[in-house]
Amino acid sequence: MTDRRALAHLLRRLTFGPTPAEVDEAVRAGYDATLDRLLRPAPPPAPPELGPDPVARLADGADREQRREARRAQNDQMAELTRWWLARMTGPGAAEKLTFFWHGHWATSARKVRSAQLMLKQQQTLRRYGTGDTGPLVRAMLRDPALIIWLDGQKNTRRAPNENLARELMELFTLGLGAYTEDDVKAGARVLTGWQIDRATGAAALVAKRHDTRPVRLLGRTGTWDVDSYAGLLVQHDAHLPFLAGRLWARYAAEPGPTPAATARIIAAGRDTTALLRALFQDPEFPGTNGRQVKQPVEWLVGALRQLDVDVAALETRQQQRLVAILRELGQLPLRPPSVGGWPAGNEWLTTSTGLARLRAAQTLAGLAPATADRLTGPDRADTLAALLVVDTWTAGTRAALDSAKDPRQLLAIGLGSPEYAVH
Amino acid sequence: MDTITRRRFLIASGVAGALATGAAAYSLDDILATSGERDDTAKTLVLVTLYGGNDGLNTVIPYADPAYAAARPGMTYEPETILRLDDEFGLNPGLTGLHRLYQDQRLAIVHGVGYPRPNRSHFQSMDIWQTAQPDRPGTTGWLGRWLDTAGGDPRLAISFEPALPPLLAGSGSAGATVPNGKLALPGGLTTATLGNLATAEPGVSPALARAAACFADLMRVQDMMREVEAGAADDETDDGEPPAATATGGAAPPLDKQLALVAKCIEAGAATRVYSVSLGGFDLHADGRDSQKDLLTRLDGPLAAFADRMAGKGVVIAVYSEFGRRVHANASDGTDHGTASHMFLLGDGVAGGRHGEPPSLTDLDDGDLKYTVDFRDVYAGLLADVLASDPEQILDGWTGRLTGILT
Repeated sequence: MTDRRALAHLLRRLTFGPTPAEVDEAVRAGYDATLDRLLRPAPPPAPPELGPDPVARLADGADREQRREARRAQNDQMAELTRWWLARMTGPGAAEKLTFFWHGHWATSARKVRSAQLMLKQQQTLRRYGTGDTGPLVRAMLRDPALIIWLDGQKNTRRAPNENLARELMELFTLGLGAYTEDDVKAGARVLTGWQIDRATGAAALVAKRHDTRPVRLLGRTGTWDVDSYAGLLVQHDAHLPFLAGRLWARYAAEPGPTPAATARIIAAGRDTTALLRALFQDPEFPGTNGRQVKQPVEWLVGALRQLDVDVAALETRQQQRLVAILRELGQLPLRPPSVGGWPAGNEWLTTSTGLARLRAAQTLAGLAPATADRLTGPDRADTLAALLVVDTWTAGTRAALDSAKDPRQLLAIGLGSPEYAVH
Repeated sequence: MDTITRRRFLIASGVAGALATGAAAYSLDDILATSGERDDTAKTLVLVTLYGGNDGLNTVIPYADPAYAAARPGMTYEPETILRLDDEFGLNPGLTGLHRLYQDQRLAIVHGVGYPRPNRSHFQSMDIWQTAQPDRPGTTGWLGRWLDTAGGDPRLAISFEPALPPLLAGSGSAGATVPNGKLALPGGLTTATLGNLATAEPGVSPALARAAACFADLMRVQDMMREVEAGAADDETDDGEPPAATATGGAAPPLDKQLALVAKCIEAGAATRVYSVSLGGFDLHADGRDSQKDLLTRLDGPLAAFADRMAGKGVVIAVYSEFGRRVHANASDGTDHGTASHMFLLGDGVAGGRHGEPPSLTDLDDGDLKYTVDFRDVYAGLLADVLASDPEQILDGWTGRLTGILT
């Protein structure tokens, strides 16, 4: 792989789709320096001003109409948060892509949580702890009100254990299937009993009388745990780092994999997400994943917006809503993963309906960037387009499709809708 | 569809030659010529997936068993509201339409369907149900493997969700997804351009090859759906939407819309043999009774209406979920993940009534029901009697088959 291809590959995976200028800059700086720069911690963005949660502020005696109104206002706040996040994602760097990774990992949906404030709070937690040691991240997430509501944590009490959170914590968030037993799920649920969310303040607190303090046998050891020591047990478990390396590989590199050898090399970096990512991107198996991963719809859209130089924050609300509608049609609406397992990966995104939705969305995107489109002229316009979209090469079929374009805007739309642009 | 009809269909659609060599461009006229190509005797399978683990014990209720009330304090329904089937079992109060179909001998209930060494993870268990490979779920779905054997034309197996349900993914082919039935190409894009994008190139990565194949599939589905009106417009607001439980198939349009599209396709004589539809939200760890009744009502109305509309059209409907729930309620008035549950079969040629052996409520496996019928036995019946295919070939050599339900 030439330097330029290697760096384009790195940027396509570590960030939300690079601009040609970013590739140029990376080529000048070199692979390792670019990796270091992108992995340097970035200050978290100032959160949007959503105002208070209208449902939490409802008086006890609120009538049906008032509740309806509050619910509607709540939906508006969630939509605002979604648009804000989409605009944030189009910024430079690797930080928001990692936030999006963790969102899909600790997949929590606004459909049940409903409060935009709590969804934002979880997102800020993912930003704050998502780059470092996974211990503090797991500890913070076990206190996260949105996650607790999502997985019925507040229904989990000493008298009535509810297994939902404990099961998904081990299966999907920290260890993976096979590393724990059904008895561990039951024991873990007891350790997590007693957490309550105060809907008015949005805070999570442990209520002693609902908490089960009896010793349990958990992951091979008998004892008494609280959320912090349970989190410690999980992140120190032998299965934790290989599991996390696999999840990072699936989203940043490609399925299947990583091979056992690559896993061993990556987890040698230790329990720190930034170090794990550095090891992943320096792994000798990473270059071989070029072109083999299907873009998630969010990656596809945000990458296009960046390359077309669309200032999402400056768009009219109606246009921003259209972008969100595109994500809904493509099947990936941020803040609304379909289940606690997160979004599909790989070929599941490549269907007749998403193919058509991409073609349709491509027209909308080309319309948002007339100035960019109008530069795509001349006999080598297909190559100019490949450079703009940071596509390594067009197949003969796509080249023929591009040659048939009647005008620059259609050329751009075909490029965005092409099979090459659906993968990276 | 028998072999001769299938070959006729494939030749007419150009699949036999063109797809094998990498999907050369079709003209729409080629495809238009296949409209209505279908053996009148070919049956259609409509598979309804209930995501989240539907609580089987509160769906088909063993109301006469004292162990039921004892296990579910606060979660049982008032005895007079349970829709009685006989002296032992009754249906959830939300299932009035299915109750009527049962009384008309048109609904079959298969008791105790499950698989060995039950897995209580939604995702793993759903993978098992969708791949029909309990020991080691692979990468192909059971109906995707059927599609492979049936020639691989994506129009034969359709879903109305944005992402492909794994059950429709074969090794060499995949079913088509058709959201809301809208398939018009965006302005200015010609079929010839689409054909170019669909052209596979040797040596490219599997992901890129699949991305190109999507457009080839799209061209073929597009024509078929031309016959079918677009569904109702998307509801952009979430107003009134019930809160989703975790692990739902949350991305699917409402069930009535999905089934309306299926009905239109079937009535238009589409070549499709398998439709996959879904309803999510059954993961009710808390406050399960009322939420489940609401959800079952949203299943019952559209499903019963669909069954009535499809009567006499050779349609068989099968309803399943990835697992049932724990026999004993948790104290949030919900239930945690369980194991064996019921399947519903209804439609033409289905022998109504209760089939299989209801699992004991007291002889449990770690708090869960012991399965009495392997789900592959039911699949084998559907593959043989509805899709006229060889179950052994598709189900990795599985020879069991539930008899007496389908004719």
